Amino acid sequence: MSVVTLKINDQDVSARDDATVLQAAREAGIHIPVLCYLEGLSAVGACRLCLVEVAGVNRLLPACTTRVQEGMMVQTNTPRLQNYRRHIVELLFAERNHVCAVCVANGNCELQALAIEVGMDHVRYDYMFPALGVDLTHERFGLDHNRCILCTRCVRACDEIEGAHTLDVLGRGAKARIVTDLNMPWGESPTCTSCGKCAMACPTGAIFKQGSTVAEMVHHPEKLAFLKVARERREWRV
Amino acid sequence: MNFEELTQLAERERAAQHAMPFQIHVCAGTGCHAAGSEMVAKALEGEVARSTLKGKVLVKCVGCRGLCASGPIVEVEQQQPNAEPASVLYAHVRPEDAPEVVRSIGGEPVERLFLDTNQPFFTRQLKIVLEDCGKIDPERIEDYIARGGYRALFKVLDEMTPSEVIDEITHSGLRGRGGAGFPTGLKWATVAKANPQRYPTYVPPGVQSQKFVICNGDEGDPGAFMDRSVMEGDPHRVLEGMIIAGYAVGANQGYIYVRAEYPLAVKRLRTAIRQAQRVGLLGNNIAGTAFSFNIDIRLGAGAFVCGEETALIASIEGGRGLPRPRPPYPAEYGLWGCPTLINNVETLANIAPIINRGAAWFASIGTAKSKGTKVFALTGQVKNTGLIEVPMGITLREIVFDIGGGIPNGRKFKAVQTGGPSGGCIPEQYLDTPVDYESLTALGSIMGSGGLIVMDDSTDMVEVARFFMEFCMEESCGKCIPCRAGTAQIHHILTKFQTGRATMRDLRLLEELCDVVKHASLCGLGQSAPNPVLSTLRYFRHEYEAKLRSDGYAYGHANGAAEEALSHVQ
Repeated sequence: MSVVTLKINDQDVSARDDATVLQAAREAGIHIPVLCYLEGLSAVGACRLCLVEVAGVNRLLPACTTRVQEGMMVQTNTPRLQNYRRHIVELLFAERNHVCAVCVANGNCELQALAIEVGMDHVRYDYMFPALGVDLTHERFGLDHNRCILCTRCVRACDEIEGAHTLDVLGRGAKARIVTDLNMPWGESPTCTSCGKCAMACPTGAIFKQGSTVAEMVHHPEKLAFLKVARERREWRV
Repeated sequence: MNFEELTQLAERERAAQHAMPFQIHVCAGTGCHAAGSEMVAKALEGEVARSTLKGKVLVKCVGCRGLCASGPIVEVEQQQPNAEPASVLYAHVRPEDAPEVVRSIGGEPVERLFLDTNQPFFTRQLKIVLEDCGKIDPERIEDYIARGGYRALFKVLDEMTPSEVIDEITHSGLRGRGGAGFPTGLKWATVAKANPQRYPTYVPPGVQSQKFVICNGDEGDPGAFMDRSVMEGDPHRVLEGMIIAGYAVGANQGYIYVRAEYPLAVKRLRTAIRQAQRVGLLGNNIAGTAFSFNIDIRLGAGAFVCGEETALIASIEGGRGLPRPRPPYPAEYGLWGCPTLINNVETLANIAPIINRGAAWFASIGTAKSKGTKVFALTGQVKNTGLIEVPMGITLREIVFDIGGGIPNGRKFKAVQTGGPSGGCIPEQYLDTPVDYESLTALGSIMGSGGLIVMDDSTDMVEVARFFMEFCMEESCGKCIPCRAGTAQIHHILTKFQTGRATMRDLRLLEELCDVVKHASLCGLGQSAPNPVLSTLRYFRHEYEAKLRSDGYAYGHANGAAEEALSHVQ
């Protein structure tokens, strides 16, 4: 392991050579918006919100999967990137039925916070209004496809932290859905351990605790990173 | 098998073929197969058996001859001492024509079916990849060996070090034929140099290799059939290219990823692999050397995105076919975390000729930056639809009007789309552009894998863009947001144009959205999906504007009505 130095937004930053641009930026106190990235889970580079401009590279690179390099020059908040981020959030709001006023996660939603952060005050696209269902068969949790943004944080939490791999994605494109096991009702899933890590990981109101009503669902995504680190350091007291 | 045995086998096969003064080649490519070439071959065989020429005529099924529009195609060859065989080509042959064809052997050709090979469709082509396609029986390794097959492999194993092979490919200037045009030699060198221990690997038990070679045969573009024709018509050429690639980069295992929709290609590749294994050209200790190489086939389940290299790798590994961000590139972190070489079918088919005839020969064909030839599937509103191979640098006009024979039904040319659903439409004023990677990119299109769709003046360009966007929307894997939600919105806006509901605001939003999807998407599918819209907007913008709302609300307000309302307020 060695240390490299790079410039993020013209600020000198040093980082471990196996760190990602996102980790280096966070350590230096530079904020980069993310949605599919969650500390403790593997990075997939899917939401494209953390795209940054790197001098000498003609493509935009996701900060969450791009490793730092000596002498790298990174820009994280140019007008072009701001424009793309606003478009991406707009596309998400138009894609499914994100109605904050009646959402369990209202006020505790990463998508909502992001819309405010990127300055998305209205949606210019036509709403798609897909007809989607809600799976309430599980005794403790519910899965509302109307709020899902397919970030797959729940899928990775279920697979990587809990090791159950109950959740996965079915289908492709706009028809993709989060499913439990072989597309069966969640309540009938023989693999689900009812651990609730998916509900901790969910950035929106898609996975929620049964019984929570509007604005009552508070997620705890930070607990997953805590679990992972504690496991690695064997911090359990029996 | 060693080199002497290969030479002996080639001699024996040639002698056996020369013992037959006549050969009848029946095209068995998918196009001709669909037109009934199997029945034609059976009828010809039966007719030969009944005629006086029994034992003198060899009837064999061969790969694609190119002119699919005139299938089934039958070629009658007559052996000549010390010269290339004289041949006559027949088009649209039906089983009931068999007696007439067989009677004509050795005499005057059948006028009614005769196909002139002196037309530009044949004379303007230059065949390297397809040189044996349509000449050899794809289901017999002996036929390939008789025409000089596997000599390049022996040359490489006996005389060259892996780095010399890579240098030869680098000097030839060959670039990836899958569409992006990455220099093949550079890719090989990267894989050869890559350290298999750099990333953690998870190779399944039973797989004995630290590096891999993958042949990308997941040709998914609508209207493209270049790779299919090569795999069906000359499968051993692909295998030979893969084995040489394996030797050059230090891999012992190869995979051919073919779409399951190509059953004939899969069948012929399987046969070819079995034959090569039987004679010792595949497997352990090839030709008595320390080099071992095996090839397995993996079938794609019909997802377009699996042609993208990282999605293809995920699919071979048994996961969902989802792309992942690059870098790290597969050359360093590929199949099961190992350094992996992924080349397109056509790229690999170019390897054996380069080794046989030398890098300088290959580099003498084409333009400064794009060397060699390119196979195109010519389809759409053009007289001669089919498979063509042309040198790089030929103009689009030559392809469409000389080789393609122009537009049928007396209509006018409007545009040609290169690169399939990810490519752009090129209008008439740019028809004299030479076909190479850079020129096509400058026009807002791409070389792509080689689909060429010709459109006449009856074509609605907005509908063309909508059609291809629908394809990309259906085929988007759904992983990244710009591609999943963006293609759906672009398709929605284009549908508004087609139903007369679009306004100027939609046109502006369409342009902005195309920019987002092109630059923010994760993989090549999303990054190139807006190309048909962007290129039609660039060259046929008036067609979009003509489709704006006709009720006066196209610019956000009804003409006159707004002023009236305003004056009322004042």
